[in-house]
Amino acid sequence: MTAPLLDVRDLRTEFHTRAGVLRAVNGVSFTLARGEILGLVGESGSGKSVTGFSLLGLVDPPGRIAGGSISFEGQELVGLPPARLRELRGKRIAMIFQDPAATLNPVLTVGAQMALAVQAHGGGGDRAARDLAARSLARVGIPDAVTRLDAYPHEFSGGMRQRVAIAIALLHQPDLIVADEPTTALDVSIQAQILAEMKALARENGTALVWISHDLATVSSLADRVLVMYAGRIVESGPVAQVLRAPLHPYTRGLLDSLPAMGRPGEMLAQIPGSTPSLLSLPPGCPFAPRCPRADAACAQDPPVVGTEGRMALCHHPLT
Amino acid sequence: MTAILAAEGVTRRFAPRVTLGDRIAAALGARVDRRAVQAVTDVSLAVTRGETLGLVGESGCGKSTLGRMLAGILPPSEGRVLLDGAPPMRAGHKTTTRIQTVFQDPFASLNPRQRIGEAIAEGPVSHGLVTRAAAPKLAADWLARVGLDPAYAQRFPHQFSGGQRQRVAIARALAMQPEVLVCDEPVASLDVSIQAQVLNLFLELHRALGLTCLFISHDLAVVRHVSDRVAVMYLGRIVEIGEAATVYAAPRHPYTRGLLASVPKLSLDGAAVEFQPIRGELPSPLSPPAGCAFHPRCPAATDVCRAQRPALSPRADGTLVACHHA
Ligand SMILES: Nc1ncnc2c1ncn2[C@@H]1O[C@H](COP(=O)(O)OP(=O)(O)O)[C@@H](O)[C@H]1O
Ligand SMILES: Nc1ncnc2c1ncn2[C@@H]1O[C@H](COP(=O)(O)OP(=O)(O)O)[C@@H](O)[C@H]1O
Ligand SMILES: [Mg+2]
Ligand SMILES: [Mg+2]
Repeated sequence: MTAPLLDVRDLRTEFHTRAGVLRAVNGVSFTLARGEILGLVGESGSGKSVTGFSLLGLVDPPGRIAGGSISFEGQELVGLPPARLRELRGKRIAMIFQDPAATLNPVLTVGAQMALAVQAHGGGGDRAARDLAARSLARVGIPDAVTRLDAYPHEFSGGMRQRVAIAIALLHQPDLIVADEPTTALDVSIQAQILAEMKALARENGTALVWISHDLATVSSLADRVLVMYAGRIVESGPVAQVLRAPLHPYTRGLLDSLPAMGRPGEMLAQIPGSTPSLLSLPPGCPFAPRCPRADAACAQDPPVVGTEGRMALCHHPLT
Repeated sequence: MTAILAAEGVTRRFAPRVTLGDRIAAALGARVDRRAVQAVTDVSLAVTRGETLGLVGESGCGKSTLGRMLAGILPPSEGRVLLDGAPPMRAGHKTTTRIQTVFQDPFASLNPRQRIGEAIAEGPVSHGLVTRAAAPKLAADWLARVGLDPAYAQRFPHQFSGGQRQRVAIARALAMQPEVLVCDEPVASLDVSIQAQVLNLFLELHRALGLTCLFISHDLAVVRHVSDRVAVMYLGRIVEIGEAATVYAAPRHPYTRGLLASVPKLSLDGAAVEFQPIRGELPSPLSPPAGCAFHPRCPAATDVCRAQRPALSPRADGTLVACHHA
């Protein structure tokens, strides 16, 4: 067995706020192989984005990585000097955000900013940079890539702008892309185009992908494995089809059953009562217990890991 | 089967909006388009008493504009809207309380310093549906009805979570005792577990109160779940309308087909999912293609599609489809 590309152990990321310490990522562990697509799902506030930012060393004060390890090709990223992290970012590890405006500079042409990104990592002269940029745009399905290099971001539609952001992420053929809800703001027809392209890219280039989404259906159609996050923890993980067909954690079951696609039209959906807890001053024990149909006195204690590393859940009373 | 709410050939144009991007472009010497946008073009439809009509389509296709015209809060540029035969809007003003609305961000229009109980009872009191003395009880009753603690009447808008806000918005709309509810993306910003709670509440109240509803959403699964019939919009026009079960099981218009095929499906058997995206992009509503507006993206397009706009015409099972080849 070869070593994984990414090995995350007991990652803890906290925010020190006036109201107290907020544990946004609370002991997260997972591995990712080369070329693998890993879905990270959960409802808003569960810690998905902070997990993604932590992987890239992009957590700013008042946030900080308070513990754990992120090993990328055997190199420890936690505690790495900012200059070294910057070098890795963009070149070996790239991030795509929900809002492409986070990546794109509105006053530079797409070609100019792509050339800057190429040259920031020593990518050769203007001519070579422009060629690389055009090829990257063409790869993500932008027609007339060479002419489009001279366009400004606002001259692209929302879907095309997100493609430009993806093309920038792909410039250096990174080994790992962390994509945070990249299609959430897009229409389904554009989303389907981008999902198809991302899947092909991961397959063809062996790029590993962490795909963050609140949408189980998107993840099920894209990812090889899935992590289900709740209140800062991975509560279940495994191969996508196994997790969706036979979830171990009552939260995963509840999420699936809440989907209109799983119900019968016009009939009541199975619903999870209550709402997600505040991550400030989370009491000990299972954070899902107050909403869980299987909870009992045991759930006041921290839940055990059941299953194996490849197919696990964090639960006192897993479904079987 | 009587229509309670109907649109007759409604069209809506907007003067162009100048965005920041346009200003930057203009400053850089680019030409910025200043033509009027035609958001909705010649739409006729009828909502039957007691039904939920779903309205789907991608962003910018005109769903909200059509919804606002049907709700009587936006005047059509052409054509007319009728509620039981009378326009719900006259001289630019809404004339009826019989239609109420629930929007995606219901608190955008609320006064942040007004307590929620007052916000719920305000409309009914000012329209004489209840006395001022009965207002607190009305608010408490509606909060309970939508599954919130009646004591929340004392809270301010910012003290509510997203799901609670939609419950409040539903309470606020229904306290007006409307016959028709126009919901525009009411669950779009909610997490799935909260979305399920709100959809259940909607279904329950819809039945209990015998409401008629127009339910607008870009989410095809949500619309399928709540709707009796569904209308599919593309570039300002309705391209297909019929029983929800029929349209979803056997979509006729190539756009409806492409849209349904684009929705990611839960793959429970681990089978590899093939995406079948619609090719190309939405054309600008400023210059809709001639003939059938969908023809540049349509796998079945022929010469007639480029030349002639297909009329929305009935098929044997009652579905209306605007396609030369369906
Ligand atoms: N800059 C910040 N300061 C304080 N709290 C934050 C900050 N960023 C995120 N959080 C908190 O961390 C938790 C996880 O957030 P996030 O990772 O964005 O969730 P998700 O992406 O799953 O919706 C939330 O409770 C959020 O409020
Ligand atoms: N107040 C307005 N001023 C200018 N253009 C508008 C206005 N409202 C909507 N539009 C335009 O009309 C079209 C349809 O918009 P809308 O009805 O909001 O679509 P949808 O709800 O389907 O996303 C879009 O091109 C939009 O930009
Ligand atoms: Mg997030
Ligand atoms: Mg809208």
